[in-house]
Amino acid sequence: MIVVELRKLFRRPRTWVTIGLLCLLPAIVAAFLASTRIAPPPGQGAAFLSAVLQSGSLYPAAALALVLPIFLPVAVAVVAGDAVAGESGAGTLRYLLVRPVRRTALLGAKLVSVIVFVVVTVAAVAGSSYVVGVALFGAGDPVAVVNAIPQISGPGGGGSGDAGSSGSAGSSGTANGPAAAAPAAPGASPPASGTPGTGSTTTSDPTEARDRAQDSVSSLSGAPLSPGDLALRLLGAMGYITISMLGVGAIALFLSTVTASSLGATLGALAALITSQVLVTLDAAASVTPYLPTRYWLAWIDFFRDPIFLRDIRAGVLVQLAYVVVLMAAAWANFTTKDVGA
Amino acid sequence: MSAHHEAAADEVPGVAEPLPAPRRPGPRPVAAPAAGEPLVIETRGLTKRFGSRTAVDDVDLHVARGDRYGFLGPNGSGKTTLVRMLLGLVYATRGEIRVLGHEVPRHVHQVLPAIGAMVEGPAAYGHLSGRANLDLLDASGPGRRAGRRHRVGEALERVGLGGIDRRPVRTYSLGMRQRLGLAGALLTTPELLVLDEPTNGLDPHGIREIRELLVELNEAGTTVFLSSHLLAEIEALCTRVGVVDHGRLVLEEPLDAVRRATGRIVVTTPDVERALTVLGRAVVDRTDDGGLVVVPADGDGPRGLARHLVAHDVRLDALEPERVSLEDVVVDLTGPGNDSATGPRGSRR
Repeated sequence: MIVVELRKLFRRPRTWVTIGLLCLLPAIVAAFLASTRIAPPPGQGAAFLSAVLQSGSLYPAAALALVLPIFLPVAVAVVAGDAVAGESGAGTLRYLLVRPVRRTALLGAKLVSVIVFVVVTVAAVAGSSYVVGVALFGAGDPVAVVNAIPQISGPGGGGSGDAGSSGSAGSSGTANGPAAAAPAAPGASPPASGTPGTGSTTTSDPTEARDRAQDSVSSLSGAPLSPGDLALRLLGAMGYITISMLGVGAIALFLSTVTASSLGATLGALAALITSQVLVTLDAAASVTPYLPTRYWLAWIDFFRDPIFLRDIRAGVLVQLAYVVVLMAAAWANFTTKDVGA
Repeated sequence: MSAHHEAAADEVPGVAEPLPAPRRPGPRPVAAPAAGEPLVIETRGLTKRFGSRTAVDDVDLHVARGDRYGFLGPNGSGKTTLVRMLLGLVYATRGEIRVLGHEVPRHVHQVLPAIGAMVEGPAAYGHLSGRANLDLLDASGPGRRAGRRHRVGEALERVGLGGIDRRPVRTYSLGMRQRLGLAGALLTTPELLVLDEPTNGLDPHGIREIRELLVELNEAGTTVFLSSHLLAEIEALCTRVGVVDHGRLVLEEPLDAVRRATGRIVVTTPDVERALTVLGRAVVDRTDDGGLVVVPADGDGPRGLARHLVAHDVRLDALEPERVSLEDVVVDLTGPGNDSATGPRGSRR
């Protein structure tokens, strides 16, 4: 059944149009950057964009940062929202079920096909933007990245901190290094005000965010990233972004079993995401913030820190998996007891 | 011979039926299929409610092996909901279903591989060719990869789409889609074929082709359950009919029994006044073209009536036993505001 679902997914023109459009956006941005050579100031605009002018091989990371907030979740919501509702609306669902395909197996295959879609899309975006980046900016020296993104390290952290990093010491006191990260969270920063020092723009503490923006450095000194190291970090980030999309996929898939309109399911999932995005930035909602699906979306940037900062990544993975488990259980309970096309 | 209409209203079938189920008192349809043939579809007290609306109401359906069963009813009478329940797509509110000897929906997955079905019109992925659609459908089912091409090709051949090209299905005509849907139901040679309006959108030639195909399959052992609102289609194809109205099964009988003689006789004569005098209250109705509908007083039927009329100098143009058409039956049973228990024919005997 999984094979059938994948064939359906990839024989569908829409799938390729979606992937093509997602690859197109970073290419457009790259074209403007390359022709004007005006990089966004560090700390503004999408992460990494300021660094790519020096190193085109970082462009996949910048491209992922471009598509992550809106385009990728929309694409996932469209595909997952259409998964069951689309078949139901077209009438093909009843013919599948009388083949017979078990409803549980169908739902599982739909989930797998959504995941595969995300993997392929992320890989396509990263691959195409690597080609575009290297072609337009040259391979350069990918060393820049570690410092070109908002700092989380204190002075001397990672052996690469220099200009600007002193400002970060006060507000984000998290020691670098995955092992030390969690326990080192300072008591001075109350948990309700957001996890300190994540480098994520979704933090709920405006002062901290401003500090970090200032911390961002354009100086390009840092530990050199070997191509192998860069590739590994990129793969890690791609994997994490894929996982980050699972929550959206699960929401849309669940809604897809509830309504017969794929548009409704897609929009419902996007509404849930927007709600989540709003709440993440709202101090008053701090009590639920850690459980929101978009809370740890930007933690993939931590793959480009030196050393890799794993705490938020782990938290993000757990949140996404929780969404998948809960929503797929709900989808299963709903779909297996539901009248089809009544 | 027992009249079907009264039976529909009064008779409670007393024959032992395999499914023990609590009975609800009240009128229920006749339910006695030909003895001996095992039942392929059997429902007991099958009821489906959507909110406060009862779509299917206490239906006892009996389809025997080898039947060509026509399931008739106006649109919105609950046909499709019942068909969906038979296939485990819709879950019953109450009642029991057995298909091919298995309980549905609990064991529907044991049953479905032996069923070919077309429910409420064909459906396909519009961007794929017909062949690719069947390919996907076959791959979704239990069929092995080996022989898939052959199965798909054969199914297309059977429904007259053997020469199909690579055009996507969205460019198909309704008739072609209908044939494709039928091909999907025939990927395996099913024991039971459940078809909802299978000739929708076909031209007369196509309708005849499909009918011949269904008869051929039926003669090879496939039980055909055909739901339709087209009387002519059912009349031309089926051996048994069930009529559903407002969710209730109001008739279930062999087609021959439905279309039997009514016991009344239609007399056509130029001497209408004289005939009326002679026959008196035996004339119960007039046909549209001026014939007299007569209930013969004695048991001698047309012969006795003819002798009687001739003896009284009534000239006869024609004298023939009245037959019920399926249409009459269905219109009587399902017509708007028509109570099947007090219909004109039903109240007669």
